[in-house]
Amino acid sequence: MRWLGNNVELVTGYLVSHLWLSAVPIVLGFLIALPIGWAAHRVPAVRGVVLSLGSVLYTIPSIAFFAVMPAVLGTGFLDPLNVVIALTIYAVAVMVRFAVDGFASVSSAVLDAATATGYGKVGLALRVQLPLAGPVLLAGLRVVSVSTVSLVSVGALIGVGNLGRLFTQGVTTGNNAEIVTGIVLILAIALVFDALLVVTGRLVLPWSAGARAVRGVGR
Amino acid sequence: MSVASEAWDWLTDDANWSGPAGIPVRTLEHLEYTALTLVIATAIAIPLGLYIGHTGRFRVVGVGLTGALRALPTLGVVTIVSLHTGIDLTAALVALVLIAIPPLLAGAYAGLESVDPATVDAARALGMTHWQVLWRVEVPLALPLLIGGFRSATLQVIATATIAAQVPGPGGLGRFILDGLDLDDYPRVMGGAVLVIALALVVDLTFAALQRLSARRRVSTPERV
Repeated sequence: MRWLGNNVELVTGYLVSHLWLSAVPIVLGFLIALPIGWAAHRVPAVRGVVLSLGSVLYTIPSIAFFAVMPAVLGTGFLDPLNVVIALTIYAVAVMVRFAVDGFASVSSAVLDAATATGYGKVGLALRVQLPLAGPVLLAGLRVVSVSTVSLVSVGALIGVGNLGRLFTQGVTTGNNAEIVTGIVLILAIALVFDALLVVTGRLVLPWSAGARAVRGVGR
Repeated sequence: MSVASEAWDWLTDDANWSGPAGIPVRTLEHLEYTALTLVIATAIAIPLGLYIGHTGRFRVVGVGLTGALRALPTLGVVTIVSLHTGIDLTAALVALVLIAIPPLLAGAYAGLESVDPATVDAARALGMTHWQVLWRVEVPLALPLLIGGFRSATLQVIATATIAAQVPGPGGLGRFILDGLDLDDYPRVMGGAVLVIALALVVDLTFAALQRLSARRRVSTPERV
C-alpha cells in the first residue's frame, strides 16, 4: 500500500491508458463483427470462411501478433496502434462466432411473422434479428471484454504504456507490491466492464431477464 | 515491406539455425515447456474435472475457479510467481500450469455434462459400477470436448511460454521476440513472432484433426451396435 501511495500519479496514468486501450478494441470489435456475423449467418459459404479465419487468427499468440503488426500496417514498432488493431482483430474473431450463433438462435417462425407484418430486409435485421440475438451477443461481448482487458497488459512488452508496465517494471526491481497492484487493478477493470455490460444488457434487453424470472417461477 | 523482407533474411540466415541459441534449440525448448506444463496441469485438472462432472459436486467452485483464473492477466502471473521462486524454470512452469488448468478443468466437466443422462442411467441399469460408467461411457462420449480442453490449454501455454521469456531464466521462442526488442533488432523480433505463429498454427491443426477423428468415432458407434 505504501508503494501505491507514493506512485499514485504513475498508476493513474497507466490505468487511464489501460482503459482506453481495452475499451476501443471491445467497442470496435463488436461493431465490426455485427455486419460480418449477419452476412455469415445468411450465406453458408461466407460462414465457413469467416469462422475458420476467426479461429486461425485467435490461435496467434498475442505478443507475436503485436510484433508482426508493423510489417502489416507500416506502423512504428512502439506505436500503440499495433496493440489496438491487433486486439480489435481478436475481438472480431471471437465476436463473429457469437454473432452467427445469435442470429441463428432467432426462430424462423418469428422472422416469417415479422415479414408477414411488413418488415423490409433492413427493418427485419435491425428491429427483429438484432434485438432477439441480443442475449447471445451480450454473452460474447462479456468474453471479449474479459480477455481484452487482460491482453492489453502484454502490450507493455512492446513498449506500450498501460498497467502491464507495473509487471515489467516490478519484475526488474523485484517489487512485489507493484505487480500485485497491477493484477488487482486489471481484475477490477475486468469486473467493472463486466458489470457495465450486464447492466446495459438489462436496460437494452429487459425481456431476457424477465423471461428468465418467469421460467424460474414455472419450475 | 522492408520489415518483412528483413525478417525473411533473418529467418533464412544459416547462422540463426545452429548453436545453443539457434531456432531448432529454442523451438525444442518451447515444446519441452509446453509438454511438461501439460503433464503437470493434466495430473491436477483432469481428475478434478472428471470428479466434478461425474458427481455434479463442487460444480459452482469449478465454474467460479475457471472464470476467475481466466480473468487473471498472464503476464502478471508470470512476473509475480518469478519473484517468489527465483529466476529459473520453476517460475515459468508454475505460472504456465496455473494458466493451463482452467481450460482443462472446463473441458473435463463440461464434457461429462454433455453426456446424455439417459445414457448414463442405461449404463447403471446394466449394472456398471461408477468406474465403469466413467471410463467406458462418460469419458469416451466426452472425448471431443476433453480434447477441445487440451487444445485451448496447449495454445494458451504456447502463447504464455512466449511471454514467460520476460523472466530471464527460461529460453523458448519468446527469447527472439523479447531479446530482439531489448536490442532494437526488429528482424529478430519479427522472425521470432513468425516462428511462434507457425508453431501455434501447426499444433492447432493437429488438435483439430484429432478432434474430428474422435467425434467421428463417437458418431459411428451407434451404427456399429
